Amino acid sequence: MKVIVDRLGKIYRERRGHAVTALEDVTFTVAPEEFLALLGPSGCGKSTLLGAIAGLLPASSGGIFFEGERRAGQPLTATVFQEFALFPWRTARANVELGLEELGLPGAERTARARRHIEQMGLGGFEDRYPHQLSGGMRQRVGIARALAVDPAVLLMDEPFSALDAQTRTLMMEELLAIWERARTTIVYVTHNIQEAVFMADRVLVLSRRPGRVLASVPVALPRPRTEAMLGDPSFVATADRIWGLIRSQAQAALVGGQG
Amino acid sequence: MSMPRASASRVPVEDRTRFLVRRNHRALRVAALVGAVVLWELLCRAGWVPALFLPSPLGVLREARDMLVSGELAVHLAASLKRLILGFVLGGAAGIAVGIVVGVFSVAEAVGTPLIAATFPIPKIALLPLLILWLGIGEPSKVAVIALGVFFPLALNTYAGARQVDPVLVRAAVAFGAGRWSVIRKVIVPSTLPMVFAGLKLGAGTALLLLVAAEMIAVESGIGFLVLNAANLMATTKLMVGIVLLSALGVLSHWGLVALERVVIPWREG
Repeated sequence: MKVIVDRLGKIYRERRGHAVTALEDVTFTVAPEEFLALLGPSGCGKSTLLGAIAGLLPASSGGIFFEGERRAGQPLTATVFQEFALFPWRTARANVELGLEELGLPGAERTARARRHIEQMGLGGFEDRYPHQLSGGMRQRVGIARALAVDPAVLLMDEPFSALDAQTRTLMMEELLAIWERARTTIVYVTHNIQEAVFMADRVLVLSRRPGRVLASVPVALPRPRTEAMLGDPSFVATADRIWGLIRSQAQAALVGGQG
Repeated sequence: MSMPRASASRVPVEDRTRFLVRRNHRALRVAALVGAVVLWELLCRAGWVPALFLPSPLGVLREARDMLVSGELAVHLAASLKRLILGFVLGGAAGIAVGIVVGVFSVAEAVGTPLIAATFPIPKIALLPLLILWLGIGEPSKVAVIALGVFFPLALNTYAGARQVDPVLVRAAVAFGAGRWSVIRKVIVPSTLPMVFAGLKLGAGTALLLLVAAEMIAVESGIGFLVLNAANLMATTKLMVGIVLLSALGVLSHWGLVALERVVIPWREG
């Protein structure tokens, strides 16, 4: 599935009447089976952009389109949230089944699909735990299983690992890549971490500070499967440096401006 | 003239938070209750207070036993429990339903909140004469006043709970295809449950209060009747049986709700 974002703009109106432009004239295309990272300093509107693609935030101008083949009953998108957004009153299994319920799948198929994705994410034995009984890493595994279970045409990930500790994050990134390299679902992956973006993605779309605009589209030339050893690869370092050069001044401005 | 000379020494680190620790004092809790009753009994035995003003605990216990044997206690208890449970369930169900509807739909909120704000401060006892006028002197007016008393804490708490729903969870449900009804059923209703239980506990107290008030008008049975009737006959021991019964009802209903809450909300942390 191809995603076309066409001159997208988003203006937030604050209560006292003045408007904040979060996104301005954002145009890009995500190719089928592409892993695209959206990268930018804090306050660049990258999460807003992802929300707009998910249909969770109305855009102020422009449009978003999906183009391509879709299986019957296949949802356009599924989202993995930064704060996990698991339902505390549902067990891991019931959380994974939520999207399947909304798709109207019969009980037996729901159970089977949920089990498959729970196993795939290494959650076997934890399916009857409530979210508060799971570690952060396990919770996000549930979040990913929930999104993959509905088999979306495009997977949206909003800083999925930024709430995790550094070690867990590294492991989860590798796991996600291993799954994606088999399934090849189109992914739009929001992050503020340059290394993470370069390590994971086929292409990094660099956004500017508010108002968010597309600064550059940086292809990543590293082969797949990606391995940890590539973190020292000259091509990896060069790409990361190039991106840092692009957003350094932006990040500094954000630091002084104090806008979160 | 000179500063005190510094001397090298080794200082162990002590736990400075010791005074912050709050102990449970489990034994003391029991002892306080038992002690108060014993003190009361001793006070009566010493003859410092006439039994007419303050009957002794053992006397109250004996009277309760006699009433149990004669079946009098069961009659009053059954009559009161029927009114209490009926009023509690009706008022509670209505309160929860109104709270959800007002919390979810903006039109219902615009219509409902001023009405609730205007009627909530009325002491429900003041409405009893009106309810008797409308529903008659019989059981319906008694149940209705209890239901009204339970309705408000539940409507207000459920409404507050519905408004405090984590917006991230609502977005997550919508992201996975939930429509309005799914969001209400799968996100809003479960997240209001802790507030609903807080409301039920408040409502249980109010229900007991209104029960006694309602049972002081034109009834032949019930704990409120028992208390008022015993007072008219200067049967202080019997009156005390009624009061102890009310205390027990209050404590037991609270425990029951706490136990029910644990079953209904198994995902609560801690």
